[in-house]
Amino acid sequence: MADPYLRLATAQIRAQTQYRASFLLDVLGAMLLTALDLATVFLLFGVRGELSGFGGREVLLFAGLAVFAFPVADFAVGNIERLRHYVRTGLFDTVLIRPLSAMAQLLAMDFAPRRVGRVVQGLVVYLLALAVAGIDWTPARVLLAVFAPLAGAVFFGSLFVAGATVAFWWIESGEFANAFTYGGRDLTSYPATVYGEWFRKLFVFGLGFAFVSYLPGLALLGRDDPLGTPGWLHWCSPVVALLAAAAAGLLWRTGIRHYRSTGS
Amino acid sequence: MDTVRTCAALAGAGFRRYSTYRQATVAGAFTNIVFGFLRCYVLLSIAGEAGELAGYDVRQLATFVWVSQGLLAVVGAWGMLDLADRVRSGDVVADLLRPLGPFAVYLCTDLGRLGFAVLTRLTAPVAAGLVFFELYLPADPITYPMFGVSVLLATLIAFCARYLIGLSAFWLLDIRGLTMLWVFVWGAGSGMYFPLPILPGWAQLALWLGTPFPAMAQAPLDILVERGGAGHAWLVLLDQCVWLAIGLVVCARVQRRAWRKLVVQGG
Repeated sequence: MADPYLRLATAQIRAQTQYRASFLLDVLGAMLLTALDLATVFLLFGVRGELSGFGGREVLLFAGLAVFAFPVADFAVGNIERLRHYVRTGLFDTVLIRPLSAMAQLLAMDFAPRRVGRVVQGLVVYLLALAVAGIDWTPARVLLAVFAPLAGAVFFGSLFVAGATVAFWWIESGEFANAFTYGGRDLTSYPATVYGEWFRKLFVFGLGFAFVSYLPGLALLGRDDPLGTPGWLHWCSPVVALLAAAAAGLLWRTGIRHYRSTGS
Repeated sequence: MDTVRTCAALAGAGFRRYSTYRQATVAGAFTNIVFGFLRCYVLLSIAGEAGELAGYDVRQLATFVWVSQGLLAVVGAWGMLDLADRVRSGDVVADLLRPLGPFAVYLCTDLGRLGFAVLTRLTAPVAAGLVFFELYLPADPITYPMFGVSVLLATLIAFCARYLIGLSAFWLLDIRGLTMLWVFVWGAGSGMYFPLPILPGWAQLALWLGTPFPAMAQAPLDILVERGGAGHAWLVLLDQCVWLAIGLVVCARVQRRAWRKLVVQGG
């Protein structure tokens, strides 16, 4: 069943490792990204020795959740970004007439092995953050520690899909999606208390970014939210992730039905 | 005279090339604005009650962030020239036959892009910043022309770097890796991710003197918020001129080597 997808993906791996120097620089660049992200957070943290009322270990946990969840999503579905290229050139026609799932084809066709380095790196940072955060481990927290980054990855993955889907209506929209995907990654690297009130209500809570790192982070740490959200909400990130995935799936189906070829 | 006319025509074409994609302009400006809010809130929260961060007051910080988001598309350091594709496909041969060399052609087109970006991508985030935050307006009128010159120098330095990355395709063939590395190092080293004065003094000095990165964003931003006064501004401009000179020399030398590597197949 998965065989054709697997072949497409292996073909990609072979193709991309052909230019070896470039591939190595690519992996290196990708890993530098995570390192720079974290370095930026801690550089800014270092100015005052705290970030909006949170200490270093807590900030590391929030950032760790973000830098682990995002690369997982990027690795799995990040290349859906290329959809606009397929729509613009009309290549998407070819994808649709094949007897395979359109989305799985796109994901396999542009599979990017270079992104795996960042996943491993994110995992290391997250595990380190869990180790030093001084968490009072209970069975529920262990479960959350496993599911929170996965939920975050599903959430980011939904954003990638939803963002790419916009290309069905609005072809030159690539940067628009970046505001939510890459913007979301930066946004979730900091505690939500950092942001101004209406921005926080609209983006951080309204669009659900708080469920990626801030709220599960609070639940793991066993801290009350200085912003006053109820305690049970801190455990809800898997539910929010599923809702996001369902919404993205719906958008994707509508988009495909809306697709009209370029006509040239 | 002919050369001037050709350059003007190329710049016009560059302008139109970008003004054609209105959706992309709106989407790009939207993204700049979202990132502007993000970075602005983070920096302001750190400035906190002290109302100061690394020598910037709150209004200077807000200006720094919003103008930096605007300059992102103006300097255009992240957008790669299609030179690398043309090297890989061999089309670059046709470019060499033209009366104007590829460096001049790409440069003129890029100046057109710069013009369009100043009108749209710079003004949008700055307008958003003015609406939602209190921005710092330069006290000394000479700051404005100095800022303009500095932005132009920053764009030219970034152009040299992008041209060099494009030329690297003669040796690497695929520039994806180098581009990616460049994007992130540029973001951190140029002051785009955080104002460089947050760094310890030795690191700042190493960045300014040892790398061209601060000359591509931190420089015009420092001039605009009048950090360190007029003396600092002139020093910054000098640094930019030096880096531009280095960039031009390196471009010329690498280009000569690249052309020598070029082998035209067939007849």
